[in-house]
Amino acid sequence: MVINIMNPGRNGVADWIIQRASAVILGLYTIFMVAYLLFHPDLDYTAWSGLFSHIWMKVFTLLALVSVAAHAWVGLWIVATDYIKPAAIRFGALLFVILALFVFVVWGVQVIWGV
Amino acid sequence: MAARRAIHRLSRRPDLMIIESYQKLPVVYSCGPGEKSAVKSQRPLSTAKRPVNLDLSSIQFPLPALVSISHRVSGILLFIGLIFLMWAFQVSLSSPAGFDTVREAMAHGFLARLVLWGLLSALGFHFVAGVRHLIMDMGHGETLEGGQLGAQLTIIISALLVVMAGVWVW
Repeated sequence: MVINIMNPGRNGVADWIIQRASAVILGLYTIFMVAYLLFHPDLDYTAWSGLFSHIWMKVFTLLALVSVAAHAWVGLWIVATDYIKPAAIRFGALLFVILALFVFVVWGVQVIWGV
Repeated sequence: MAARRAIHRLSRRPDLMIIESYQKLPVVYSCGPGEKSAVKSQRPLSTAKRPVNLDLSSIQFPLPALVSISHRVSGILLFIGLIFLMWAFQVSLSSPAGFDTVREAMAHGFLARLVLWGLLSALGFHFVAGVRHLIMDMGHGETLEGGQLGAQLTIIISALLVVMAGVWVW
């Protein structure tokens, strides 16, 4: 088992599964949003906020948000550990990534439950 | 000397050198059926048993390798693009005026449309390359020919999506 300070409690198998499960959720969310926007070319605020007022849409969006965070974390961790050799810079970059993703999730939750 | 340095590195970080290698998204360096070798110059990479510190400038990348690296690049672009998506998400749902702000930006702002098209293109490519990964996980297209064909299909389908996204945005 790899002991690494920047991937606490995780291993390659967990990463592999997280990456694919979150990818499927994000794929479905992407298809849904693209289809919705294509079928509503004259979208207005009432219909748009109405969509996000449904509880299933809130749950779906929250699921997508958490999936973005997990998916981006695994992906960017892989990229960072592949290409950024100096440990301090890599640590800084990953710290920035995880903070940014945390902010995005909190921000998104605020938006979802503000509608 | 180089081998000694490589072995020294291995002994210092055995966890990173060996175990991490199978955790990563595969970057494929195999060569196509028509090519003699993926390596252009005969520069010795390393005398250790496995290649360490590949000299990327000496390697001619086959299509699957380019698709793989583009998958990574598009993923990084999408991470950066999240800030724009989150902005549009928040402002469009904040009020009718906010919704009009976003709609106006996407209807008339050249820069906003360029960013939107770029993000949709990155999303399209990342999506198609990701689906290819899932298909390969199920055991399809894992041969040398299959990898080539999958990479070609990924390029063709995502190119279509990029054009369609451009038509949609403009």
